[in-house]
Amino acid sequence: MTVTENPTPMGFGRMHRKEDARFVRGKGNYVDDVNLPGMLHGSFLRSPYAHAKIVSIDTSAAEALPGVKAVITGAVLETLSLAWMPTLSYDTQAVLATDKVRFQNQEVAFVVADNHYIARDALELIEVEYEPLPVVADAKQALAPGAPVIRDDKEGKTDNHIFDWSAGDKEKTDAVFASSDVVVAEDILYPRVHPSPLETCGAVADFDKVTGKLTIYSTTQAPHAHRTVYALVAGLPEHKIRVISPDIGGGFGGKVGIYPGYVLAIVGSIVTGKPVKWMEDRNEHLTATAFARDYHMRGEIAATKDGKIRALRVDVLADHGAFNGTAQPTKFPAGFFHIFTGSYDLEAASCNVKGVYTNKAPGGVAYACSFRITEAAYLVERMIDVLAFELKMDPAELRMKNLLQPAQFPYTTPTGWEYDSGDYPKALRLAMDMVGYEKLRVEQAEKLQRGEYMGIGISFFTEGVGAGPRKHMDILGLGMADGAELRVHPTGKAVLRLSVQTQGQGHETTFAQIVAEELGISPDDIDVVHGDTDQTPFGLGTYGSRSTPVSGAATAIVARKVRDRARIVASAMLEVSPDDLEWEKGKFFVKGDPDQAKTIQEIAMAAHSSLELPEGVEGHLDATTVYNPPNLTYPFGAYICVVDVDPATGQVKVRRFIAVDDCGVRINPMIVEGQVHGGLADGIGMALMQLMAFDEDGNHLGASLMDYLLPTSLECPSWELGETVTPSPHHPIGAKGVGESATVGSPAAVVNAVLDALKPFGVRHADMPLTPSNVWRAAQGRPIRTDLAIQ
Amino acid sequence: MQVPAAFEYAKATSVTQTLDLLAQWGEDARVIAGGHSLIPMMKLRLARPTALIDINDVDELSYIKVEGGELRIGALTRHAELLESALVEEHYRIFRDAERVIADPIVRNRGTVGGSLCQADPAEDLSAAFAAVGASVVIQGARGSRTVPLTEFHVGPYETVVEAGELLTEVRVPIRPGGGSAYVKVERRVGDWAVAAAGAALWTSSEGTVSNVGIGLAAVGAEHFRAAEAEVYLVGKPATEESFAEAGRIAAQHSNPVADQRGPVDYKRHLAGELTVRALRAAAARARGQEA
Repeated sequence: MTVTENPTPMGFGRMHRKEDARFVRGKGNYVDDVNLPGMLHGSFLRSPYAHAKIVSIDTSAAEALPGVKAVITGAVLETLSLAWMPTLSYDTQAVLATDKVRFQNQEVAFVVADNHYIARDALELIEVEYEPLPVVADAKQALAPGAPVIRDDKEGKTDNHIFDWSAGDKEKTDAVFASSDVVVAEDILYPRVHPSPLETCGAVADFDKVTGKLTIYSTTQAPHAHRTVYALVAGLPEHKIRVISPDIGGGFGGKVGIYPGYVLAIVGSIVTGKPVKWMEDRNEHLTATAFARDYHMRGEIAATKDGKIRALRVDVLADHGAFNGTAQPTKFPAGFFHIFTGSYDLEAASCNVKGVYTNKAPGGVAYACSFRITEAAYLVERMIDVLAFELKMDPAELRMKNLLQPAQFPYTTPTGWEYDSGDYPKALRLAMDMVGYEKLRVEQAEKLQRGEYMGIGISFFTEGVGAGPRKHMDILGLGMADGAELRVHPTGKAVLRLSVQTQGQGHETTFAQIVAEELGISPDDIDVVHGDTDQTPFGLGTYGSRSTPVSGAATAIVARKVRDRARIVASAMLEVSPDDLEWEKGKFFVKGDPDQAKTIQEIAMAAHSSLELPEGVEGHLDATTVYNPPNLTYPFGAYICVVDVDPATGQVKVRRFIAVDDCGVRINPMIVEGQVHGGLADGIGMALMQLMAFDEDGNHLGASLMDYLLPTSLECPSWELGETVTPSPHHPIGAKGVGESATVGSPAAVVNAVLDALKPFGVRHADMPLTPSNVWRAAQGRPIRTDLAIQ
Repeated sequence: MQVPAAFEYAKATSVTQTLDLLAQWGEDARVIAGGHSLIPMMKLRLARPTALIDINDVDELSYIKVEGGELRIGALTRHAELLESALVEEHYRIFRDAERVIADPIVRNRGTVGGSLCQADPAEDLSAAFAAVGASVVIQGARGSRTVPLTEFHVGPYETVVEAGELLTEVRVPIRPGGGSAYVKVERRVGDWAVAAAGAALWTSSEGTVSNVGIGLAAVGAEHFRAAEAEVYLVGKPATEESFAEAGRIAAQHSNPVADQRGPVDYKRHLAGELTVRALRAAAARARGQEA
């Protein structure tokens, strides 16, 4: 994957990322780099308890500390009707706790001071009297009789139930199960994890009392959606709100929602009349911003004796924390989990998801999960291996036998998804050839004779990305369609304005390459503007791998609109009918006379000149569009992981990892590969080390990066990537989106590999993370329950 | 933001000046060298020293040398220096083993040997390694210096015999040719504290029996980071797998681990035994010159 001597391609192809010039020189501009004249600093007092009544708060000593400009409590916010805010799932969330605290590290008070040091000193002077309450730390106890009611702020609420949501045909599924030779069930936990990007969350709010304009620099993946929500919630006029999302140091879904910190920075600026910065530390970030997963799943799979899978049934207990704040299309309370039939041809499937409140931080949809497809893919890929274990079948053979065939596309799944395109057997075969599957199985058997344990794990995933058709998918009523504007200057240089917001995905390069492909203007001559609501068209932002499927399509279409305008201008220049012109990348020429041609640059100049244009034709080439995707796109992939396990210590070494991804047409293969690399590292992390458990008092046991382990390069093998290309038939350039594929697909491959190594011990399943202690315990048939404190 | 509470600060350039400043600022002052434990604790406000005495420029504490039949390591020696020292490697390979699995290169470039011992984290690898080789430490105060065997140095978790006004200045390791030493560790991820770790130094007689042995254990609640009972058992026994297995069993039996997110008690106790065996095996192979 060396990219040394590659000239800028005129369109798709490998090229260095345009944005990296500033990043590698330390010239990025992140929220914490924003320093405005007179700016103050805000900091939170947080709850030490997971569940406690607030008896009293005394802020007088803090207020008296020199340099303190304001101390804001829930009581203060109540006077502004801002103590509670709506979540993206139509629940409410406390901005600052008023009646009681509901998770450890919940926001209780906010100090605004001249600097961080004073703010932090002042926090220690705030006296809060708490009355501790019984805690729900174990999701399985949330609905137990007599469980403490967490959301007694909701009128008439007498339990911790949030929702029940079903998909698929239960009756038909039950019937298939009843008539099947083999039925296997397994309890599978996808533990609570955290996206933990390099940059924590933060904001700088600057309210101008004279103009009434509020400017918010914030770590947001969805600046336009945030602006509208601020307007609706706080009653501020939307045209007086400007959200700027500057360079973002990773989001992974954790920067989609609105956090109390953003709101308090705004309130702090309004109260003090000065800009206010709030920047989280790592402990706050890990404990109080959006977690991911926390799905307690029971999977059941029905099959024939010879391994034809017939049906899948899943029951989920979903731990949503103290407030239902999942960030997903509003009509889907369990996200896209019902894509859990994965890549297989089944007769029937059904699921039920039960959401519950617990005394933990809110969140649930984050960490590159494609709205819970991570959980779905993990569930089905684990169940396939559980079935292979019972049938004593090779897991590759079992998958081959049940994969959807190319001729079945477009394919409607038993739970209603319409997969657009795919050649699944080809991808799996390629991955098996790359890894040398048959040889590896021989090696594995030989090693076992010598008492050495190696494992081979397979995962085949189907993703659904690019939300979404606005008819089906919206967030708080905002349809998931995105705008694009393309302006071509007289000299033929261009500016593309997008609603989506890069957090490291390389938008400034990829989207310039799409325009280049469509117009023949070099990517070097195209500036991509994003992350500023005053500068860009409306759209819902970047998450769920939606930028290329949605805004990539918008970009191709707006470029084609520009090309249509250019055709008319060129026809005036060449004095022929537009129909007599033919397009070749970068120029129009007269059919049958290629010398009679005008380049896009010449056309751009002419469009701004005194050239006489046909009646009714406007000048310039600029165009705008809004793209409402007709369907999701469905990338897929085949992953194979090889591990060596030392059962006497429980240590796992990932020896190899093969990833064959099919994300349709690749715009910049280097960027695609980089995204896959990152997602694979995520998978190693989730499968082997990331542990966010809670003790019985609700204390967070993964509150620092010494406790919540992220993988390093030393835990990652040298990734071996392969590709197949099955274009999306409904996407203008056939691209499918890839940002989350590897995070979705890889955990199951790693877990399947470790459990494959432990097969001689009779181990069928153990939950993530497979830390050394968990592996050692699993080998003895006593795997650890990873969501609770280890006893 | 995590920021420490206010504190005084001074940079010392000699041991004498450090001791003067310690006397002047009293028991709530702290010496800072690498700062990789102290600074995070201060930012979390778990530690609130009223003053920091920066000894990074006290050059007289930075050395590795052989003197009086001992390896002498200045307290300000960085982990990276211990890792890369050919002199240390010549006498005790256990230290390169241990240093390779201590934290990460960035921490090792800055963190010091003396700081690690004084922090006295129950999972500190160097405490176990030095315990295995029978080290002692030199502690200097206003009234002179004293030498304390490592097996008497730790009072409890995060607690040592170094008193207010005193400074650990040197670690001494007796040089005894003819042996072998090794360190093995299980960690959840590179750079993590040990789930459990064991170090062994072993000398054999011409008949192949164990003439002298030291076994250090980290993170399993072994008293003074040492498997004393297993050491006693091994002396005079043949240096064989059977003896090592029994030593491992004894080491596990006498360890006293606590459950945390790194693992349950049964697992950690198992590791105490398993890693003791592995460390002894490697040390014995090195003593025989059999393993590179």
